[in-house]
Amino acid sequence: MEDFDLTQFHQTFFDEAQEHLDEMERLLLAVDIHAPGAEELNAIFRAAHSIKGGSGTFGFNDMADLTHVLESLLDKVRNNEVALSNDIVEASLQAGDVIRKQLQGHREGFDVAPEEAVEIKAALSALLQREAGATSRETQKTTPSASASGAWQIHCQLDKLGERTRDALFDELRRLGIVTVVEKSGDSTHDLIQILLDDGQGKHEVDEIFAFVSQPDEYTITPCVLENTPAPAMPAAVPEDLDGDGFGFFTDPAPLPAPDTRPDDGDGYGFFEPVAAPTPTADPAVANTGKEVPARRAADKENETSIRVNIDKVDQLINLVGELVITQAMLAQTVSTLDPVQNENLFNGMGLLERNSRNLQEAVMSIRMLPINSVFSRFPRVVRDLASKFGKQVELKLVGEHTELDKGLIEKLSDPLTHLVRNSLDHGIETPEIRQAAGKSAKGTLILQASQQGGSIVVQVIDDGAGLNRERILAKAQERGIPISADAPDHEVWQLIFAPGFSTAEMVTDVSGRGVGMDVVKRNIEGMGGRVEISTTPGAGTRITIRLPLTLAILDGMYIGVGTQVFILPLNLIVESLQPRAAEISTISGKGRVVHVRGEYLPLLTLYEIFNITPQTTDPTQGIVVILELEGGKTALFVDQLLGQHQVVIKSLETNYRKVAGVSGATIMGDGRVALILDVPSLVQLGRN
Amino acid sequence: MSTMLETDRSVTDATAIAAGASQYLTFTLGSAEYAVDILKVQEIRGYDSVTAIANAPAFIKGVINLRGVIVPIVDMRIKFQVGEERYDQFTVVIILNVLRRVVGIVVDGVSDVITLPPEQVKESPEFGAALDTKYIMGLGTIDQRMIILVDIERLMSSRDMELMEEATA
Repeated sequence: MEDFDLTQFHQTFFDEAQEHLDEMERLLLAVDIHAPGAEELNAIFRAAHSIKGGSGTFGFNDMADLTHVLESLLDKVRNNEVALSNDIVEASLQAGDVIRKQLQGHREGFDVAPEEAVEIKAALSALLQREAGATSRETQKTTPSASASGAWQIHCQLDKLGERTRDALFDELRRLGIVTVVEKSGDSTHDLIQILLDDGQGKHEVDEIFAFVSQPDEYTITPCVLENTPAPAMPAAVPEDLDGDGFGFFTDPAPLPAPDTRPDDGDGYGFFEPVAAPTPTADPAVANTGKEVPARRAADKENETSIRVNIDKVDQLINLVGELVITQAMLAQTVSTLDPVQNENLFNGMGLLERNSRNLQEAVMSIRMLPINSVFSRFPRVVRDLASKFGKQVELKLVGEHTELDKGLIEKLSDPLTHLVRNSLDHGIETPEIRQAAGKSAKGTLILQASQQGGSIVVQVIDDGAGLNRERILAKAQERGIPISADAPDHEVWQLIFAPGFSTAEMVTDVSGRGVGMDVVKRNIEGMGGRVEISTTPGAGTRITIRLPLTLAILDGMYIGVGTQVFILPLNLIVESLQPRAAEISTISGKGRVVHVRGEYLPLLTLYEIFNITPQTTDPTQGIVVILELEGGKTALFVDQLLGQHQVVIKSLETNYRKVAGVSGATIMGDGRVALILDVPSLVQLGRN
Repeated sequence: MSTMLETDRSVTDATAIAAGASQYLTFTLGSAEYAVDILKVQEIRGYDSVTAIANAPAFIKGVINLRGVIVPIVDMRIKFQVGEERYDQFTVVIILNVLRRVVGIVVDGVSDVITLPPEQVKESPEFGAALDTKYIMGLGTIDQRMIILVDIERLMSSRDMELMEEATA
């Protein structure tokens, strides 16, 4: 411990603090202000407490300071000394935001401007004062020691502590008031320390500090009368803030009180809780908090079943398994040329190998999958804040938050979803008055829904607001010079709102209405290989549907052959494949060919022309035409033949080469050769030029 | 070459390297002999199963699967219009590791690993080699043969090669 490098634990602290902040926010949002459960309040306190402990330990003093104030307030709340109010929840949420910023600052190594922290700290202190003034005056009488300052004496064995711990202990104590070592016994069985506390500090703070370094039965704290208070010079060579932990790195110098020796206070870590230290003077008012909290270890246990792994390691694993599957496919191809009767065992073995490697691949892929809840969980807060800003009443419902999708997608999904939710709240859901006038309930409903449908994930943002206004969108389109006919089908009209700079909002707010946003949403979603659809009913609401591939790493592909080459088409784009009759192909002068399929004329793209390949056939009636569903309509792609359908592992061409027009990536086929994955939208573009 | 010779060579090489010399892999392109820094060479392999890339310049033959990594293959013979454009079991690909990218180049043949002390490397004069002078680090001499030392990193990242999105030279 003496030469401990704390920085190696910073990442762990950042991650844990982040989790605690998330947890705190979640709980604060969920808490019922009028009848808060003791368990909830404790959990909120615990989260703040752990953050404080960790940040103090690692020397992030700005965070420690702010969380300390927050914690003091929360402590009062959970001890029923202060009644929970909307103001407190609001202030705590804001404090959480500031702490989050500070955390981000430490994580990335820049300084966070302290103004915000000072501001929120003042706000919290004001609340603490105000509420404490209002409610704890009577508590004051019964618990004189809880907040009263005064003199205390502590009997303990200083020599049992290491030098550094001792110094840290004194540093801590000196923060509370004036410390004197009255008696330093030679045989070190008995040391007596006196402390004259500053205003606002109490026995409970002293107790906290001691509980951290000693067993509860190794020290006693009693009130005393101080005659004189000379502050002896103490070496102060250690960093401050060894108080508070929650991370358990310091078990070495600080024998923790075994949780069982104390009444369970509900803190997952069990040390230096202000409650019920078995000292003779433990005051009843504080002690009774011990019984109101049942153990809440179960939740903490859950965390232990997961481990943190660097994502690079997971990706490496996925790559290796991908290789394994390819090797297996190569073997299978070689084996398939052998005689199945003579090589029965080999064939059985190959069958097993195939099944095992597929299962392995699936299992490994699932490591990257996270429940979509990690995106959804931010929205209760967003909706709450925005609703109060707009003066709207909104109920948020989360459906299917356990749906899993790729971590990479989850990270990218968060921004577009936030945009959509903001839009719904700003433009979709009406104010209570308008809603009631329209015969709807005053409270609007916003539903975030996720589900898996086949190989894709569907995320929907559904509101029961005003819906889109067809006339206004058309008028706006005209104004902006976007060509669209007045009798265009609805879905085409709705797609207009994704045009850059398109906003029909009558008033630009700081939330939405500037028309940047929807185009970004669409671009982001398409960047992930997904699609956005809108359906809306005027007066009844809007439903925005996002379809995403399950993962970024794997694609369901159709192998197609042109000449001697093999390409892969994303299966989700394929509507059907057919061999057209000569009569169904027509040439439009100067505009290439079209194919007539089911009453529609679709432009015919010829892959061999776009890619300059010598095909097996140049006659569409001899080859195959694949109908592809794209943004902005269907397209027909003429290829030589279909070779079959496989799941492929997507590899980037850009790692060692560059972007190739018409190609989105590459994959390795069963025979070890590389096949290119076609980028259909860019092919269409190429075909036009 | 015999094992005996190899051992002798490596001993002298070790002393030479200690004296500041660098090792190079030499290869032939047409009639000239070229060399690249051995530390940039990942491996040497044969030419097979190259997947063509549509609308790429002729000297970019396509991409191969090198143990799960997609690697572009450049035929230097086409690029510099030397040698014979033939693909058989004797065609050699040098897999290079430059600028954190993996690239394969097709050459006429790989000859040797040589050790050149700095004093044996001469400034290159302007001359009509297939390779532009700006990609030549210098000229080395070994056994009376002239060897062109190629600044492979510069060459591979150049706009001429069309290998990278943003060419640096």
